[in-house]
Amino acid sequence: MLSFIIRRLLIIIPMALLVVTLTWGLVRIAPGNFYSAEKKLPPAVEANIRKKYGLDKPWYTQYGMMMSNIVRGDFGDSLKYQGQSVNEIIRRHLPYSAVIGLLGYLLALAIGLTAGTVAALKQNSGFDYGSMSLAMLGLSVPNFVLGPILVLIFSFWLYLLPPGRWGGFSGIVLPVITLSAIYAAYIARLTRAGMLEVMRSDYIRTARAKGLDEKTVLLRHAIRGGLIPVLSFTGPALAALLAGTVVVEKVFAIPGLGNIFIQAVLNRDEPLILGVVAFLSILIMIFNLIVDIAYGFLDPRIRYE
Amino acid sequence: MTNDGTILSVDGLKTYFHTEDGVVKAVDGISFELKKGETLGIVGESGSGKSVSNLSIMRLIQEPPGEIVDGKIIFDGIDVRALSIDDVRKIRGRRIAMIFQDPMTSLNPFLKISKQLTEVTVLHLGHTKQQAREHAIKMLKLVGISDAEQRIDSYPHEFSGGMRQRVMIAMALSCDPELLIADEPTTALDVTIQAQILELIKDLKARMGTSVILITHDLGVVAGMTDKIIVMYAGKVFEQAPTRELFATPANPYTKGLLKSVPDPAHEQGKELYQIPGLPPDVAHLPPGCPFAPRCSRVEDICHSEFPPFVEINEDHHSLCHFANDVYAESKSEVAK
Repeated sequence: MLSFIIRRLLIIIPMALLVVTLTWGLVRIAPGNFYSAEKKLPPAVEANIRKKYGLDKPWYTQYGMMMSNIVRGDFGDSLKYQGQSVNEIIRRHLPYSAVIGLLGYLLALAIGLTAGTVAALKQNSGFDYGSMSLAMLGLSVPNFVLGPILVLIFSFWLYLLPPGRWGGFSGIVLPVITLSAIYAAYIARLTRAGMLEVMRSDYIRTARAKGLDEKTVLLRHAIRGGLIPVLSFTGPALAALLAGTVVVEKVFAIPGLGNIFIQAVLNRDEPLILGVVAFLSILIMIFNLIVDIAYGFLDPRIRYE
Repeated sequence: MTNDGTILSVDGLKTYFHTEDGVVKAVDGISFELKKGETLGIVGESGSGKSVSNLSIMRLIQEPPGEIVDGKIIFDGIDVRALSIDDVRKIRGRRIAMIFQDPMTSLNPFLKISKQLTEVTVLHLGHTKQQAREHAIKMLKLVGISDAEQRIDSYPHEFSGGMRQRVMIAMALSCDPELLIADEPTTALDVTIQAQILELIKDLKARMGTSVILITHDLGVVAGMTDKIIVMYAGKVFEQAPTRELFATPANPYTKGLLKSVPDPAHEQGKELYQIPGLPPDVAHLPPGCPFAPRCSRVEDICHSEFPPFVEINEDHHSLCHFANDVYAESKSEVAK
C-alpha cells in the first residue's frame, strides 16, 4: 500500500512536467504573443524587455531555462502583473476558488446522494420521476444561465442576497448553489443507477432472506457498492472545482483561480498560464490518487501492492 | 392446523409478473405439501417457475412488477400471505432459510464473513456480538471449514466457490430453521464439489431435522436426496410423486423426456444423447392447450386445443396430461420388462 502511494506520488512529477511542456508548446505555436497588444510598444523597449526575460534567446535555451526553474518549483514572475511571482498569485487566489468549490461539492453530495438513493428505493414513483427530471434540468441548464437567473430572483426581486463580490456568508450562497447544481444532478443520477444495480444483486436478496429490514439492507449491505460510481466521479470533479470554475467566478465577480487563469490566457501571460496548468494537473493527479486509495477502503477486493 | 406434521402447505399459488410484454404467469396455480423432516425436490427447466414459487413462499418477490395473485401459503399453521412484512421478516432467516444458486454473488463482497454470519443470530436469537461470533465459528466448523477462527474474518472473495457455498449453508442454518430452501445449491459448482455440498446438506438435515425444499434442474441431484418430487413446466406442476415412483413409473411425457435426457455413460456410450426437442415456451404468450404440446412426443389434437386435467394416478401421484393413465401404464409395462 505504502509503496503504491509513493510510486503514484513520484509519477506525478514527470507527468506534470510533460503537461507543462505540451502547454508551453501550444502557447508558442498559437499566433501572437504577450507583446502583440493593440498599443504597440516601441521596438527598442520591446527588445529591452525581451532581453530582460531571456526571450531573445533561441527557443530551446528558453525552454531549458524555464524547465530548470520549474523543477525547482519556481514559475518566475508574471509578465502582466509586474513584480509578482506566479506562485504568489496562485496562493492569493486559490482560497476563493477552494472555498466555493468545496462547499459547492459538499452541497452537491448532500443533495445528490439523498435524492439518488430515495429515487432508487422508490423506483418509478413520483419522487423518482420528479427528482430525475430535475436532475436532467440541472444537467441541461448551463451555469452561465442559472447564475444570472438566481441573481435576478434572489438579488433583484427578493433583495435577499448580494448579486456578487466576495464578502461574508451571504456573498457565497448564490455562487455555491450555482456551482453545485450540475454536480448535484450528476451525482443524483450516478447514485440512483448505482443503487438500482446493487439493490437488484443477489447478495441483497440474501440479506432480505435473512430477515433484515430494508433500512439495514440499505445501510449495511447496499450503500458501499452503490457509492463506488460516485467515488470515481469525485476525484476529477473535486480537483476541477477547487481549481476554480471560470464561469461562476465571472458571473459573481469572485477573484478566484479560474478568473486569473482566463485573464492569463487572454493576456498571453506565459509564466502564469504554465503555473496554473501545472498546479491544476498536480491537483487532479493527487485527487485521483486519493480516490484510488479510498476504493481500497470501500471495496475489500481491491488491494494495492 | 399443525396436525399430521405438515410444515408447509402451498395451495393454488399464482405469482404473476406485470411486464411491458404482458402478464408473465411465472407460477400458475401450484400446490404441494411438505411434512416435517421431509425433503421435496422441485425439478424443471430454466424459467419453469421453480425459483419464483419459493421466493413467493418467503414473500421475496419484488412488487412491482411481481405479484402473488392467488393461493394459500400456510407455514406451520401461519398464513404467510396475510402477515405484515415485519412479521414475515421474523420468519425469514429464523424459521425458513434459503441457500441460493451462485455463492459467488450471493454473499456480500464488501462485508467480512463474520459480519454476514453474526448479523442473523444477533437479529433473530438476540445474541451479543461475542455470542454471535462463537456461534458463527461453531457453524463454520459444522459445515467443514477448517481453522474457522481465522477464516471468519476473511472476505468472500478469499474463499473458493465450494467454500462460499459452505458459508452460505452455515449462514442459512445458524438459527436452526425448520425449513431450508436450497435453490440450485450446486449448479454453479464443480462436479466434485457438488457431491460434497449435497452430502453436507443431507448430513445436516439428518442431524438437525430440518425440512428441505431442493430446487434443481438436475434429476441426478434429487434422486438420492428427496422423498418426493414436483416436476414443473411453464409455471405449472406437471407431475408430482414420491421420488422412487416418479423415477420408476412416470405418468407424464415431459417427465419421461427429462428422465431420458439424463446421460447414462455406462450404457449409452457412443450413442447420441437424447434431448427434448424445442425450447420452453414464453410464459407471457401461452397457447390455449397444453403448454408442452409443441414439444411432446405423443401429442394428439386435443393437446393443442384443451388444457389437460390434473389426473390422480394414486393418492400421492398426480400428472397433468390428457393421457396420464396411458403414459403410466406404458411406464409400468416397461418396468415389467
